[in-house]
Amino acid sequence: MNMPDLAKLIFGRLTLEAIPYHEPILIGTFVAVAIGGLALLALITKHKLWGYLWREWFTSIDHKKIGIMYVVLGIVMLLRGFSDALLMRAQQAVAFNGNPGFLPPHHYDQIFTAHGVIMIFFVAMPLVTGLMNYVVPLQIGARDVAFPFLNNFSFWMTVAGSMLVMASLFVGEFARTGWLAYPPLSGLAQSPDVGVDYYIWSLQVAGVGTTLSGINLIATIVKMRAPGMSMMKMPIFTWTSLCTNVLIVAAFPVLTAVLVLLSLDRYVGTNFFTNDFGGNAMMYVNLIWIWGHPEVYILVLPVFGVFSEVTSTFSRKRLFGYASMVYATVVITVLSYLVWLHHFFTMGSGASVNSFFGITTMIISIPTGAKIFNWLFTMYRGRIKFDVPMLWTVGFMVTFVIGGMTGVMLAVPPADFLLHNSLFLIAHFHNVIIGGVIFGLFAGINYWFPKAFGYRLDEFWGKCCFWFWLVGFWVAFMPLYVLGFMGVTRRMNHFEDPSLQIWFQIAAFGAFLIALGIGSFLIQLWVSYKRRDELRDVTGDPWHGRTLEWSTSSPPPAYNFAFTPVIHDTDAWWDMKERNAGRRVDGYLPIHMPKNTGAGIILAGFAFVFGFAMIWHMFLVAGLTFAALLVTAIGHTFNYKRDYHIPADVVARTEAARTEELAAHV
Amino acid sequence: MKMLRGLLIPALALLLSGCDAVLLSPSGDIARQQRDLIVISVVLMLIVIIPVIYMIVAFAWKYRESNKAAHAEYDPDWNHSTVLELLIWSAPLLIIIALGAITWTSTHKLDPYRPVEQISQGRAVVPGSKPLVVEVVALDWKWLFLYPEQGIATVNEMAAPVDRPIEFHITASSVMNAFFVPSLAGMIYAMPGMETKLNAVMNKPGDFEGISANYSGAGFSDMHFRFHSLSDADFDAWVAKARASGGQLGREDYLKLEQPSEKEPVRYYGTVAPGLYNAILNRCVEANRMCMSDMMALDAQGGQGVVGAYNVTSLDAATRARVGLADAGKRYVGALCVASGAGGQRLTPAGRPL
Amino acid sequence: MSDMHATPSAAIAEQDVEFWMSKDHHPANGTLLGFWIYLMSDCLIFACLFATYGVLGRNYAGGPSGADLFDLPLVALNTTMLLLSSITYGFAVLEMQKNRRGTMMAWLIVTGLFGAAFLGIEMFEFAHLIHEGAGPQRSAFLSSFFTLVGTHGLHVTFGIVWLITLLFQVGRFGLTPANKRRIMCLSMFWHFLDVVWVGVFTFVYLMGVLP
Repeated sequence: MNMPDLAKLIFGRLTLEAIPYHEPILIGTFVAVAIGGLALLALITKHKLWGYLWREWFTSIDHKKIGIMYVVLGIVMLLRGFSDALLMRAQQAVAFNGNPGFLPPHHYDQIFTAHGVIMIFFVAMPLVTGLMNYVVPLQIGARDVAFPFLNNFSFWMTVAGSMLVMASLFVGEFARTGWLAYPPLSGLAQSPDVGVDYYIWSLQVAGVGTTLSGINLIATIVKMRAPGMSMMKMPIFTWTSLCTNVLIVAAFPVLTAVLVLLSLDRYVGTNFFTNDFGGNAMMYVNLIWIWGHPEVYILVLPVFGVFSEVTSTFSRKRLFGYASMVYATVVITVLSYLVWLHHFFTMGSGASVNSFFGITTMIISIPTGAKIFNWLFTMYRGRIKFDVPMLWTVGFMVTFVIGGMTGVMLAVPPADFLLHNSLFLIAHFHNVIIGGVIFGLFAGINYWFPKAFGYRLDEFWGKCCFWFWLVGFWVAFMPLYVLGFMGVTRRMNHFEDPSLQIWFQIAAFGAFLIALGIGSFLIQLWVSYKRRDELRDVTGDPWHGRTLEWSTSSPPPAYNFAFTPVIHDTDAWWDMKERNAGRRVDGYLPIHMPKNTGAGIILAGFAFVFGFAMIWHMFLVAGLTFAALLVTAIGHTFNYKRDYHIPADVVARTEAARTEELAAHV
Repeated sequence: MKMLRGLLIPALALLLSGCDAVLLSPSGDIARQQRDLIVISVVLMLIVIIPVIYMIVAFAWKYRESNKAAHAEYDPDWNHSTVLELLIWSAPLLIIIALGAITWTSTHKLDPYRPVEQISQGRAVVPGSKPLVVEVVALDWKWLFLYPEQGIATVNEMAAPVDRPIEFHITASSVMNAFFVPSLAGMIYAMPGMETKLNAVMNKPGDFEGISANYSGAGFSDMHFRFHSLSDADFDAWVAKARASGGQLGREDYLKLEQPSEKEPVRYYGTVAPGLYNAILNRCVEANRMCMSDMMALDAQGGQGVVGAYNVTSLDAATRARVGLADAGKRYVGALCVASGAGGQRLTPAGRPL
Repeated sequence: MSDMHATPSAAIAEQDVEFWMSKDHHPANGTLLGFWIYLMSDCLIFACLFATYGVLGRNYAGGPSGADLFDLPLVALNTTMLLLSSITYGFAVLEMQKNRRGTMMAWLIVTGLFGAAFLGIEMFEFAHLIHEGAGPQRSAFLSSFFTLVGTHGLHVTFGIVWLITLLFQVGRFGLTPANKRRIMCLSMFWHFLDVVWVGVFTFVYLMGVLP
């Protein structure tokens, strides 16, 4: 065998040409990332943190630590996804009057694809999953999730997926297809490069994690609730999490299947979505939206839960209409499967089909509206404290109703014929995703941060962050609504009509304000860490909370609850406080807990290499890593000693320390 | 309050910009009706939205902790009211029923497949009059328009007489695009191997912009065309100009044109190969390629049997060289010689009726 | 307005109400439920493949159809193998419940052999089709056929790998509660694949040879 053959066997189609050294923006980014990464690694090494990180975090199966790691991943990826947004806004603000801008289509098209993929899969999903992971077991009085190892594995698979997307920045390229990669454009004939393969494998690897985490949380909520917590006594965030995870389990397999079919078209030469040999690209569009529409609700339902918790906590009032809130959530869950076709009214379905899906879409606005009213009447006759989480909530309510309205406008098929694919559509879904999901995530992070770390987040920077985001959002996206009415379509690289430019410049300024908002958030984290002693909360209940997570210390001990709580009321902790339940301080028992394991991170590492090898057609490497994956997984099943007991005296000591702390505080 | 201002300013700006927002002041009757629907749905929803936004701000303000006056009203356990619950479910429901009814009727009335019934408000289409047929093909990355009645074709420019209904037949060569003349009517996708239709009419003369409204690859941003709305006489002159151009669009010319290119100038073709649009739609412009319509007819009969498996071919090298196709040529199902049965009906080589 | 108060707002200390459990709390084991939910998600993947076959299954692209290609007696034999393997798995579970490790393992081995026979016949069928020029690239019908049937076959392959692993584990660690749970999970998996195959046999093969 000669050298080129050998190189091809090992490296597939990966050559030095794949490094985009001719693109100064990418090289600059790469250098910055490399320097930052090296500095971080050096710092960790210098402070001898590797062992600590490995033992306490990477291999941890504690749902709280995994939840925190998810949120960290989401924030890091937010920076990447938002840089893409800034690049796009800048490009569109300057590319007029024959000026091609600074991003040629080849690069620009990757950026808008990556922006969508990253923001949905690697920002919103990890943040939402992180909150659910952290909060749900605490809210239902459990000590961990149903499958703690699986939880760790799910997290690392999500990381592996996001690393594949990041790798595409520096090795090869990302897809130039738009975030849903419609064929025939994403097929082999039109996109022979590695971009679509990066897209496929990053989503497949992360999708495994998401599906497993969905199964895990359903089993947790169904099986592990504290005694007395009937379904209709579950906190509302737990309810929305349950519905979200049902949606995940029912939707993500569809994404997996459709991406498998697309990869078979690309790798094996099958004809599912090709133009010839009987393929049908419409099949892809239908299937991907059967996943894609529920995905929107997967993101927004948990934050509806966050808003419910925040509104009732900060209004110091029971949530108005708990039952109707639950039914509204369940109705949305079911209806979210009956609306997918509204994403392509303009692909020529008949009038009856279009009206059916248009009307089902409108019907979703009824339960959603009911939720808004429920939050409203929770505030009514309350005593509202405007801490940062509550600010986000009020900002959300005002912003979201506008997004809801533009959504219903798009649901009228003939109106959609005008507005589809326009910047109006872009403004609409950013209106609901930023105004809904992102605002909710910030509310949730500000709300539960003291639980996770034992000190509150700095209020001043929190408010800066809120106002920059709120104002920035409106400044950035109102012009897009206007441009939509001017018939401007999405994903344009440059423009000819100079009268449009001012709107793009305003939008770019809005994006800059949002950048300040993100900056404020990072400063908020840093300042809060610096002022942690002033902001310390020893009670474990800084907001005068209503649900069980506030009954433990902040941060909670590994075992969450020394004694499993018994539930008598929906607002269990509020009820305990009202009835002077107190803490139980004697009679500790040993607590049965799962043991840490490195299997998750190792398996996910193999999955990353496998995905990378498949992308570059290094089939030898792919085969070997797949075998390694399988052997490791089987090897892991031979490990039967996966749990241990925290001795009663350790529990007693931990709890005694907390008793002392509480006494000193009073 | 700041939030309210944040809302009002862009809304005001939106109103001010109304004059150059093409979707709000269209020139075609279909687009006008679609615009009206946008307005109606907004007004209907504002019935709920405005009170809700008012209540959000009012409640948040009134029940803030520092407002001691409201403390008397504080009721931490008030969490249910049947009347309110009925109200908050039924008010949106009523609006959605109204909007749903409008949606159902308007979606059918404005179905792009349905021939237009009125030229503009109050002017019905003359019974028996035929619409202008325009066949549209989205290519990488330019638009091809074929006028079967006039026997001409153009690239990146089209024209139509004012107030004459137009029937667009739309398809694409390789990827999905969306055919969109914002001033005329809503968009519809152009997809390879499929045909969509759009019926519309333009009420004002002028020069309008047409675009592809669905991202289709590198040359997408420059994939636009001019739509000239002309008087009958001007339209005839335009057709004559195209005829006089001397350009010919034969099958091989099409195969050349089909190859990806960006920022194509306007072109006119005075003659067009017969059946070209049908061949494009059925993906059989190449002479030795089976048309999709035939393939589907065959498939409905159960395919061509095991021997059919080998009926895969590609464009011959000589033709490839002539039209400038460098690559090995993509593979497709080969065309069949059609036999005649005893009764004169067309038969496949396997002897099955076609 | 009919207001309702869920709880009296005055705080009452109730000594007889328990708020913290004094005993150890063992939530029910969620493994079987979790595995069941996984199977449902897997079922959705098959649902998508069936739907794809439903849409594309008659697009022969001028090539051969199911009626031209399918060898029903062979497929019937194949189906028998899989159905028998399900029955023998059932016997294995019965033995497990009687705590008879040896016979249980014997039945599991028989199950695995039937599964391997099924796979062997399927691979023979695939090889034959590809040899005839009717590979997955020839038409959308063949693409969806190979993918649906192949995905099922891949599942059976993993089932056999899992079964062999379990045999080692039962041999080494005995019929512990953990192992019993795993045997029950694989049992669900195996029967699930059987049910899916009944669908494949009916919708793909039987309906495929209909004119």
